[in-house]
Amino acid sequence: MRTRGMRTTVFRALVLVVLVIAWEGVTRAAGSAFFPPPSTILGRMHAMWFSGPVGTLFLTDAAVGNILPSLGRMFAGFAGGALAGVALGLALGLSARAYDYLDGVLQFLRAIPPPALVTVFLVVFGFGLRMQLAFIVFSIVWPVLLNTADGARSVEPLHLETCRAFRLSRAERLFRVVLPSALPKMFAGLRLALSLSLIVMVFSELLPGTTNGIGFQITDAYSTFDLPAMWAGIVLLGVLGYLFNELFLVVERRVLAWHQAAQGPPG
Amino acid sequence: MSTQTLTARVRPAAATRWSRRAAGVLVFAALIELAARTGLVDRKFLPPATEIVGRAVTLAFDPVFGGHALTSLLAWAIGLGLATLIAVPLGLLLGSVPIVDAATRSVVEFLRPIPSVALIPLVALVIGTGLQLRVTLVVYASLWPILYNTMYGLRGVDPLAKESLRSYGFGAAAVLLRVSLPSSAPFITTGVRLAAGVALILTVSTEIVAGRGEGIGVFIFFAGIAVPARMIDILAGVFWVGLFGVLVNALLVAAERRAFRWHHVRLGEHS
Amino acid sequence: MLEIDNLSHVYGGGSPNAHHAIEGLNLSVAEGELLCIVGPSGAGKSTLLRSIAGLISPTGGQIRIEGNVVRQTPDNLAVVFQDYSRSLFPWMSVVDNVALPLRRKNMDKRQRREAAHEALESVGLAGAERKYPFQLSGGMQQRVAIARALAYRPALMLMDEPFGSVDAQTREDLEDLVLKVRGHHKMTIVLITHDIDESVYVGDRVVVLSKAPAHVVGDLKVELPTPRDQISTREHPDFVHLRAEVGRLVRGHAAV
Repeated sequence: MRTRGMRTTVFRALVLVVLVIAWEGVTRAAGSAFFPPPSTILGRMHAMWFSGPVGTLFLTDAAVGNILPSLGRMFAGFAGGALAGVALGLALGLSARAYDYLDGVLQFLRAIPPPALVTVFLVVFGFGLRMQLAFIVFSIVWPVLLNTADGARSVEPLHLETCRAFRLSRAERLFRVVLPSALPKMFAGLRLALSLSLIVMVFSELLPGTTNGIGFQITDAYSTFDLPAMWAGIVLLGVLGYLFNELFLVVERRVLAWHQAAQGPPG
Repeated sequence: MSTQTLTARVRPAAATRWSRRAAGVLVFAALIELAARTGLVDRKFLPPATEIVGRAVTLAFDPVFGGHALTSLLAWAIGLGLATLIAVPLGLLLGSVPIVDAATRSVVEFLRPIPSVALIPLVALVIGTGLQLRVTLVVYASLWPILYNTMYGLRGVDPLAKESLRSYGFGAAAVLLRVSLPSSAPFITTGVRLAAGVALILTVSTEIVAGRGEGIGVFIFFAGIAVPARMIDILAGVFWVGLFGVLVNALLVAAERRAFRWHHVRLGEHS
Repeated sequence: MLEIDNLSHVYGGGSPNAHHAIEGLNLSVAEGELLCIVGPSGAGKSTLLRSIAGLISPTGGQIRIEGNVVRQTPDNLAVVFQDYSRSLFPWMSVVDNVALPLRRKNMDKRQRREAAHEALESVGLAGAERKYPFQLSGGMQQRVAIARALAYRPALMLMDEPFGSVDAQTREDLEDLVLKVRGHHKMTIVLITHDIDESVYVGDRVVVLSKAPAHVVGDLKVELPTPRDQISTREHPDFVHLRAEVGRLVRGHAAV
């Protein structure tokens, strides 16, 4: 099994290398200004962000001034939205009646594409950090909330009966039984929210009135027709998205080890 | 006497649940109304619900707004349709031929995490900012949920069903068409439903970022940056977009339930 | 210890398809007794058990445990459900599962662990503390559920078809386990089963319920030699006689 897994990994890596080489070859041969070869993109990424002094971990001023604020906004927004979503979702999941009453409103709020609401926050908060944070929080809270409520609602009835048979308190029931039961679905919602928070973070930075951030650098490159810089921004975001997802999976696997194992080997 | 029948929580009838939902929506609207009328929230930021809905109804008969809405609808529908046409065959291919899957896996894994909105400026430079921009981005973003759900559905196909058909001398293509495709159809439909939401997000995002021409996103955005901002127009626009999203989702859920009853029964998701 | 007076329970009362699960059921169980309740499937056995446990409120009659009327789950009672896979908490290790209910008792963390450990030892699961339920076989999981009830040191242990979901060999082992632990812990046990042999083998007394609406149609004392043994007890003439009698009662043409 393990050797097979190893071989697949090696095979995939090889394919990736071959494809990057092909990409390099084709773009060089085509010589299109729109499609710079990957070596140019990487070179630009290095020059723009990662050629700084050792003291700042090789980060340049541009990296410190753009990547870090982007990530800061994204994580602050994600944390706020996730916390609110989990708390509200659990509260909602505990009462089938409350859930029924709010279901329609929540379905509507979730169905609104977040970008449509960005103008609402713009009018209320004006351009800037507050509007961006409010926008990210509002965008990601729904998948977390609805998934958590769904998870909390689908607690095994016999588990609840066991709680009653052993007279567990409300707090014990909530934190030791309902919360763990809701975890698998909650994590599904959080994962969705994480990738969504990257998207809406970038979106909020593409709007006029932004002064820094990865999205801002992309628009900046757009207005100066600096295609390698645009590509650099896109590749960076892709890498970040990939890393966040992998990181999240590591955490999820740890927290939900009992769940995945109980579900049988992933097939 | 099984424990299920005793412990299963008694779900209220569908009618009760619908009336509760409706009551919830009405109370929500009433709260907005109250907040605006009592001055709890500045009317500039939150007009009364009756005015928002009233404005939305007026807009529905406004040819200019109709033009915006139709443009968006077109980009959404073409994009989602193309994405389905591309992603389903691709998913079938990747899901049934392991070598192709292994070869393309790393590309897919690399492309998927790129936040699609980051591509808007680049694609705008390459192909311009017309309908083609919106469609391209909608296709790109809504491809993934359909592709992944198709592949996921194929993995769950009962090998026994495939073998039984093969034992009658059917070829690989027949097996794919008669067993694999139908049994992964519920998953594909789920993928399309998810993609419909993503497509809506991308349609509006692209319209706002590209910021010109027609489209509901353009309408909402210009209402926002106007001085003074026309909050009522923004919210009336949001109202229609949200309603559209809810309806499409409900429609596809209903279609899934109806067309794939066997699937839900098999999975025991009867409630 | 346990007295049930004229108990009845109706599901969906008032509606045309109301289901009378129990009607006019009287029963009393003595301190330290191991009572088996048998009855045809759908006889309202589980309803009876849930009423005793205070998990549902019966629509008529009264249940008293040690003289106190049951209104909600009494605190000197533990339940072992049939479906161990759904009553154990999959996200907790075995020892945490057993120790959880002990939070209701005045015990600190160390005492809870010790009590859990002891209970696991008594069901033959010493060393499995750190494992998770899914890592254990069905029979072992049900042992954990029994340990959870034992650790709680209840005056009354209710068991709802506790061996209904395990294979025959495991079932015999678990029956002997119940007989063994009741020797150590002085408690009253009410065990519900649909298996006639099991009721005679395990019980001091067997009560037979009718089809729904359930009431008592038979009450037999089991006087088999102790300790019981899976082979010799089951070939004992009294055993053979009793199981035939219970069997007739369950099938509903008994001459009582």
